[in-house]
Amino acid sequence: MTGTADLLILLPELVLAVFAMAALLAAVYTEKDGLTPLLIWATAGMFLLVAFWIGVQPAGARAAFGGMVVDDAFARFAKVTILLSAAAVLMMSQDYLIRRGLGRFEYPVLITLAVVGMMLMVSAADLMTLYVGLELMSLSLYVVAALRRDSVKSTEAGLKYFVLGALSSGILLYGASLTYGYAGTTSFAGILSTLDAEVPLGLLFGLVFMLAGLAFKVSAAPFHMWTPDVYEGAPTPVTAFFATAPKVAAMALMARLAFDAFGAIPGDWGQVVAALAVASMFLGAIAAIGQRDIKRLMAYSSIAHMGFALMGLAAAAAGDPRVAAAGVQATLIYMAIYVVMNIGTFAFVLSMERDGRPVTDIAGLNQFASREPTKALCLLLLMFSLAGVPPLLGFFGKFAVLKAAVDAGMAWLAVAGAIASVIGAFYYLRIVYFMYFGREAEVLDSRMAPAQWLTLTLASAAMLAGILNLFGVEPLAAMAADSLVR
Amino acid sequence: METLILLAPLVGAVICGFGWRAIGETTGQVIATVLVFVAACLSWIVFLTHDGVTETVTLLRWIESGSMAADWAIRVDRLTAIMLVVVNSVSALVHLYSFGYMAHDDNWRTGEHYKARFFAYLSFFTFTMLMLVTSDNLVQMFFGWEGVGVASYLLIGFYYRKATANAAAIKAFVVNRVGDFGFALGIFALFYLTDSVRFDDIFAAAPRLAVTELRFLWADWNAANLIGVLLFIGAMGKSAQLILHTWLPDAMEGPTPVSALIHAATMVTAGVFLVCRMSPLYEYAPDATAFITVLGAATAFFAATVGLVQNDIKRVIAYSTCSQLGYMFVAAGVGVYSVAMFHLFTHAFFKAMLFLGAGSVIHATHHEQDMRNYGGLRRHIPLTFWAMMVGTLAITGVGIPLTHIGFAGFLSKDAVIESAYVGSSFAFWALVVAACFTSFYSWRLMFMTFFGEPRAKVHGHHDRPGHGHGDDGHDGHADHTPHESPAVMLVPLAVLGLGAVFSGMIWYDVFFGKEDAVRSWFGLPVAEAHADAGAGHGATAAAGAEAGHGTAHAHGAAEAAHGDAAGVPGLTVPGQGAIFMHPDNTVLHEAHYVPTWVKLAPFVAMLIGLAVAFQFYIRRPDWPERLAANQRPLYLFLLNKWYFDEIYDVLFVRPARWLGDALWRQGDGAVIDGGINGLAMGVVPWLTRLAGRAQSGYVFHYAFAMVVGIVILITWMSLSAGN
Repeated sequence: MTGTADLLILLPELVLAVFAMAALLAAVYTEKDGLTPLLIWATAGMFLLVAFWIGVQPAGARAAFGGMVVDDAFARFAKVTILLSAAAVLMMSQDYLIRRGLGRFEYPVLITLAVVGMMLMVSAADLMTLYVGLELMSLSLYVVAALRRDSVKSTEAGLKYFVLGALSSGILLYGASLTYGYAGTTSFAGILSTLDAEVPLGLLFGLVFMLAGLAFKVSAAPFHMWTPDVYEGAPTPVTAFFATAPKVAAMALMARLAFDAFGAIPGDWGQVVAALAVASMFLGAIAAIGQRDIKRLMAYSSIAHMGFALMGLAAAAAGDPRVAAAGVQATLIYMAIYVVMNIGTFAFVLSMERDGRPVTDIAGLNQFASREPTKALCLLLLMFSLAGVPPLLGFFGKFAVLKAAVDAGMAWLAVAGAIASVIGAFYYLRIVYFMYFGREAEVLDSRMAPAQWLTLTLASAAMLAGILNLFGVEPLAAMAADSLVR
Repeated sequence: METLILLAPLVGAVICGFGWRAIGETTGQVIATVLVFVAACLSWIVFLTHDGVTETVTLLRWIESGSMAADWAIRVDRLTAIMLVVVNSVSALVHLYSFGYMAHDDNWRTGEHYKARFFAYLSFFTFTMLMLVTSDNLVQMFFGWEGVGVASYLLIGFYYRKATANAAAIKAFVVNRVGDFGFALGIFALFYLTDSVRFDDIFAAAPRLAVTELRFLWADWNAANLIGVLLFIGAMGKSAQLILHTWLPDAMEGPTPVSALIHAATMVTAGVFLVCRMSPLYEYAPDATAFITVLGAATAFFAATVGLVQNDIKRVIAYSTCSQLGYMFVAAGVGVYSVAMFHLFTHAFFKAMLFLGAGSVIHATHHEQDMRNYGGLRRHIPLTFWAMMVGTLAITGVGIPLTHIGFAGFLSKDAVIESAYVGSSFAFWALVVAACFTSFYSWRLMFMTFFGEPRAKVHGHHDRPGHGHGDDGHDGHADHTPHESPAVMLVPLAVLGLGAVFSGMIWYDVFFGKEDAVRSWFGLPVAEAHADAGAGHGATAAAGAEAGHGTAHAHGAAEAAHGDAAGVPGLTVPGQGAIFMHPDNTVLHEAHYVPTWVKLAPFVAMLIGLAVAFQFYIRRPDWPERLAANQRPLYLFLLNKWYFDEIYDVLFVRPARWLGDALWRQGDGAVIDGGINGLAMGVVPWLTRLAGRAQSGYVFHYAFAMVVGIVILITWMSLSAGN
């Protein structure tokens, strides 16, 4: 019963999937790794094209394949964010991959497949689609984490990620099966229709298990344990990718599941999400203080930021639809800002090296400002923004979620977030301190390809310029949130 | 023209303060001085041509917020005209005088520039003082009020390397803050009750305020009285009245021209000006004015007693100022605002003169301020001597009794005392005794300084520790013989001398002497005065009310705008002229018919003071010490200024310091710093280590954490779902 209309709705995903196959075949039958630079640029270009294509799609929600897949403003917002961030990460890491001997042609192909998985995830309207999308993304990511096959750390990261990912998939599947068992359907709409005043405990268990499985993907505490190790072990471009697009996809999926399948019982998932948010914010803030490796530091940083994004989602559990929409909108804005900040920061991390070898120790940043004032200034802006210092963009992200929490009557959550952000400010400021006031030490080099440099400056400039109107993200996010909350 | 008067000193201050590097220090000084002189000349034109009718020049809308609206405006009436003349004349002369006085100053290192800053502060002060006196609303007045406070602070602490000067500056600021709090509360209350800060609206509402109750500090008060007292608390601070007077003597740490300008002639009289400006309100606040009278009389008496035994020449004059301000408040308190302004006016001349003369003496004796080290200076600095003599004759009130011929102080002070006799016997006696003391300490100052044998020690006082009163520097002078001051310092003295001699006689009639003249001069309805005068000597309150009735009818037609008030018998409209006197207020009238002995009393008191001073310091110079030894407790009591500073130290300073110390050490140091530091350096790192240990790197640990997490969530969900 699949018609042309269904395929048309899923066309962007299909195009990317076909592109991935074609790229694979092309590389296998031609120069193999020699084709990598071209493939990376081509993939990034494809992402941008598809993002633009999705961006100009007419408004409104459409379902396909008998309600397995839905294409609405929310999905489109998430997809565009995912595609743009993936394209940016690809472009800025191209030079790094080639120079470090990581220029395998499988990399862009795997990234493409992961992106297709993510796009499916955010469009999922059925537990089946959800799982298929999630696994497509995860399997691709497991592989790219271990991209540097000859490195123990990289393979260890890949293996850890795989094992724990498998466990999380198990948890998710267990939750899905419980839900199916109690609801009798895998369709989100069907689940929603079975919910009435008396919700069976088993269904709630299913909900909790599924949320836990997704929490693993967004690396929310206490399901975050893999994050620091994988971030540190994986090659930096892969880390940059992990920190951005998959987080958006998993966060969007979480919101999708919460609203589309369990929208009738917001109180139940709301408290779980709130608990995850608080745990993540504090753990991310506290544990990062001890880190010396910038990639591990960014791992904890992203845990903390996921806590803040979850705060918006927790606020969306308020009964009032308008407040709920504001909460979802805050989460989306937060994720968009988070992605920009992280891409900028990783553009810099990619360039950290000494004597031609990559360096990730933050002590290497000592006195960096005296050597590279412009880059130091860019990083300073990004760090301040990550810490949430007004008037930079990061502040507005935090402000949006805190305001959503307060409006939803969860002032305690907002207060906890503020405290956590104070603690977290420490390690961002320490980096700035090292750069400007650090002791004399061997200063690291910062060799940047034009794409990296451009990404860094654009991202940091966005921290300042974005405060004017957030680049128009706000109304788009509002539209997306409305389509989800309805 | 008024705008020019107001802004000229500001322009001078800005050019001199910020532009002197570009145009040169001397040029900056000259520009500032010239601009103030221009303002002074224009002020005299305004003063002499003003016809008593209130005009308002609105410069711009300053604040607009809800129903609250305050303009930046210039209200020109008689009060303003008087203050313009006083402020700008004295300021101009002080600017000129400072050229000589500040020429050399060994509080500064060689090559340091301080003169332009000094002149800029002086001009800035002048501007803010003008803002104060020209305002047509309370908010602008408060701006000026605080502005002069800032200028005063800057100038008292001008020698910022001297710890005593800094302490004095802070003291002046803090004590004034207490008064300003009262003033601000008064403004709030007025705005609360009248919904306006404009004088016209407030004056029109004054009769209503008199019958309004206002809840404040857990009790109901009559609104007019409460507001009157609150505003007067502000005046007490600014005008150094008892309780809040302690800053004024210490303010003498500033350069002497500053003392002359700010702490004698202008700023300290702002309180008197405030009370006169608010006269329409005070006329309906009998309890507040009674309070003002008593406090003013007490201050006049207290400060005079302290002045008897001080040895620092500037402190004697400072207490004298404090005392004379008490006189002005008594006059305002008993309801003769014109007399208060009269004394303010004449006092500005002779007190500025005394201060500048004292500055000249200090200048001449190489910054010696202790009168015990003077003596016989009249031969060395004759011009200064004669200037001081004129000032002393003026302040002690020398003149021909029962006529209107005499020095300025003779006419204005006698007018105050005669009015006080009508208003309050306590105030009368306090002022007469204070007049006697005034005469004593003024002549004591003269005799100790200019007569007798030179007592100046041959000393290397530059090296003496703790000697910090010097204002000018003559390092390297081989001889220490006193020398006469330069012409730029003597000319201002001469000009002020003219004022000290003649200002009383010239303007006696319009301030006090002739009631009709007073009324027309201050823009009050004249007909009432005729009716009142017709009622004759000893007019009763009833007669006054009747007279007011007649006035109301006489003006009923002319005053269409005030028609509502005209219908109320016995009520003239407040706020018509520069000041307002209630029809029941007949003090001005009665003061002209006091018994002859009352008119003679201040003169006799002056003669007694002169005779005693002559006996003590010329004929038997050993008497003062013997008396001091005989009456040691009394002497110490007076020498230590009634122990006010010590009492305040125990009551306020120490507890405040203790509280501050406790809050700092315990509150800020232990609790806040300790808490934050404990969190930041103890708890958080501990948690960090804990988190680091959990991050062991073992997959099974990680998996275990996930399982624990899900167990917790499931348990929680079961429990919450069960409820």
